[in-house]
Amino acid sequence: MNLDFGNKYDEFRKEVKAFCKEYEGIHVTSNLYSYESVVDPNVKPKIEMSVKEWQKILIDKGYHARHIPNEYGGFGGELDIVKNVIITEEFSKSKIPTGIGGQGIDFLVPTLLEMGTEEQRQRYIKPALELEEIWCQGYSEPNAGSDLASLQTKGELEGDEWVINGQKIWTSTAKYAQMMFCLVRTEPDAPKHQGISYLLIPMDAPGIEVRPLVDMTLDAGFNEVFFTDVRIPADNIVGERGQGWLVANKTLVHERGSLGDPNKMIRRYDKLVNLMKSEILDGARIIDKPVYRDRLMRIQGKILALKSHGLRLLSGRLNKGQDISLATMIVKLYGTEMRYELESLAIDVMGELGTLYDNSPNLRDNGGWQYAYMYYLGLIIGGGTSQIQKNIIAERGLGMPKEPRIKGV
Amino acid sequence: MYFGLSEEQQFFQVSINKFLDDTVTVDSLRSFRDGENENLFEIVYKGLNELGLCGLIIPEKYGGLGLDSLFAISVSESLGRGIAPYPFIGSFLIAPYLIDQLGSDSQKEKYLPGIATGEIRFAVALTEITGRRSETGIQSSNRQLNGKTLFVMDDIESTHYLIVDSDAGIHIVDSNESGLEKIKLSTVDITSFISELILTEVKKEGLGSVSQNEETVKRAIDLGRIAIAADTLGASQCMLNQSIDYSKDRKQFGRPIGSFQAVKHMCAQMASDLEPCHSLVWYAAYSMDYITHESHLMACQTKAHVSEVGAFVAKTATEVHGGMGFTDDLGLHFWFKRIGLNRQLLGSPDLLREEAAEAQGI
Repeated sequence: MNLDFGNKYDEFRKEVKAFCKEYEGIHVTSNLYSYESVVDPNVKPKIEMSVKEWQKILIDKGYHARHIPNEYGGFGGELDIVKNVIITEEFSKSKIPTGIGGQGIDFLVPTLLEMGTEEQRQRYIKPALELEEIWCQGYSEPNAGSDLASLQTKGELEGDEWVINGQKIWTSTAKYAQMMFCLVRTEPDAPKHQGISYLLIPMDAPGIEVRPLVDMTLDAGFNEVFFTDVRIPADNIVGERGQGWLVANKTLVHERGSLGDPNKMIRRYDKLVNLMKSEILDGARIIDKPVYRDRLMRIQGKILALKSHGLRLLSGRLNKGQDISLATMIVKLYGTEMRYELESLAIDVMGELGTLYDNSPNLRDNGGWQYAYMYYLGLIIGGGTSQIQKNIIAERGLGMPKEPRIKGV
Repeated sequence: MYFGLSEEQQFFQVSINKFLDDTVTVDSLRSFRDGENENLFEIVYKGLNELGLCGLIIPEKYGGLGLDSLFAISVSESLGRGIAPYPFIGSFLIAPYLIDQLGSDSQKEKYLPGIATGEIRFAVALTEITGRRSETGIQSSNRQLNGKTLFVMDDIESTHYLIVDSDAGIHIVDSNESGLEKIKLSTVDITSFISELILTEVKKEGLGSVSQNEETVKRAIDLGRIAIAADTLGASQCMLNQSIDYSKDRKQFGRPIGSFQAVKHMCAQMASDLEPCHSLVWYAAYSMDYITHESHLMACQTKAHVSEVGAFVAKTATEVHGGMGFTDDLGLHFWFKRIGLNRQLLGSPDLLREEAAEAQGI
């Protein structure tokens, strides 16, 4: 056991610290992305800039898209997980926003770097990094959720164009995205996992209709996207025809591993502690009531476990001999279920006031707890439901036998 | 940066596991319980002492191995996994820790080398400070002890007792002293050795000084709590592993029961709860020696959380085995009961969560 990164990173940490000090109290403006509010709304921020400007500064400094090659618009640093950890830690301490990832940078860019053609990399990576081109992900369909590989949106090659018909759902950012990476059935006669292709679709192509999908929070964070004879160039494919499932799985693995950041959970926990200290019931602080204290301490125990687990996952990435495959598989299930438990306690702490919504008088923290209580239920379901996660853990992690397949499905 | 057990620690675990797999079988435990295999304890005691467990944390100059808390808890994990009837946490962690920290040079000379060879065996009485019941109480005066203490840990053919009173006064008593009455308590867990002591004008030797003991006693208890959590972790992981094996083997409706999602999801939930417990226990043990300002909170929360996960795994793993899980024949209950006993030792989860809240000013 050794939790030290070694003094070869001291200089780097100093540099990041200095940068954070320079931009302390920054307010980044955006109509597309919401930031956790870290500045007091009543105080005029020292520095204000748009998300695109901020993103550019971060990439120039190497604090975002750090190891994306220079020729594609990234910083071109060597892949060094420790440096990424230091950046996250210091930004988090200084409460300044990190760069924007999103579907384009987090999912499409790594996919293109691994499986894209040189032309595709040249064309798409830089605008994605600079947020000039926003991407959305076209995977789920009304009849292909957990069983994603049964998707039916059809792509037929006519001359040098794909003609696409069908429907996608749960497409966040589709409203303002310029591009979509999309899974489309192009080989209807092949077995279901081998009949899919990974296509890149401009959202302004004729025949695309985006309809907002209102969720239980009453936000329209997701959309439905309809395709009617949408035509795109035949070259807009990543990998070969029929390889789409393979291409997509590279990024799905990434999505599941990226949920449940312990630092975010700790910040949220601290906020819950503050809420429990400030809420007074029958003349006593909620936090002094044993029943609520006990629930809070249960949650803290789980958070400490997740925090330690985060160190183990980091260690496994730095030390090749350490097996963290099962440890990685449980993160999405554990993190989302725990976050929901945390938000649930906040609702109960507020009691009747916990049911207020929609700018009602007497709302605490602008209704953020009520929103999160519902939003995080969505995250338990999205990106592979808890039940699908358990199938994966059982079959791939614990080596339990697969469910026998029903013939013809 | 490396977060996990070292190769040496893992290798040590493998040696203990191998010894216990060969020695402590379900059959041997059953016959030990039924009084037909009385020397099982001696065999285990001798074997594990030869591996160095009795002197694990004792400094080298007193004949021990001088290893740290993380090493100690990695051993606990293996002992829980192999349900070892072996008095590790009281006799070989808490007692030598307190003597090494608080003892005079002559007391260290007198006891530590003997503990390191396994000739001196301390049972520890901590309930006056960790969970005092109304019918008990120890009074100390004129180098004598009077009163009663419950739930003395690791009391099997003990040569000495280490008794902590409610003021954190620590007393060493030779088990041959007159006025000492020991009543063996039978618990659900036959691999534990628990007793009650009634003391009538028993001659004792003081350890440390009442005014300065408290912090050290708390640290010793924290070390014990993390070690118990590790023991529960090892036992729980073993129950999960047995469940997975059984679910692949046992067939109903013409297919292994492990191919049914109902069973898969039980196992996946156990794994999902247990994986972070490994990390938690490692971190807590590491904090004992290297991040000491966090260690008290970590000890309370680690034991509380792992106990809850342990209770869930003990129940769920038994259910995965169906009716067989409920039988004495299969013997899964030996692990179930060990996890159950561990849960209550040195503070049950509810009390520990309250202690954790207070410790951080909540």
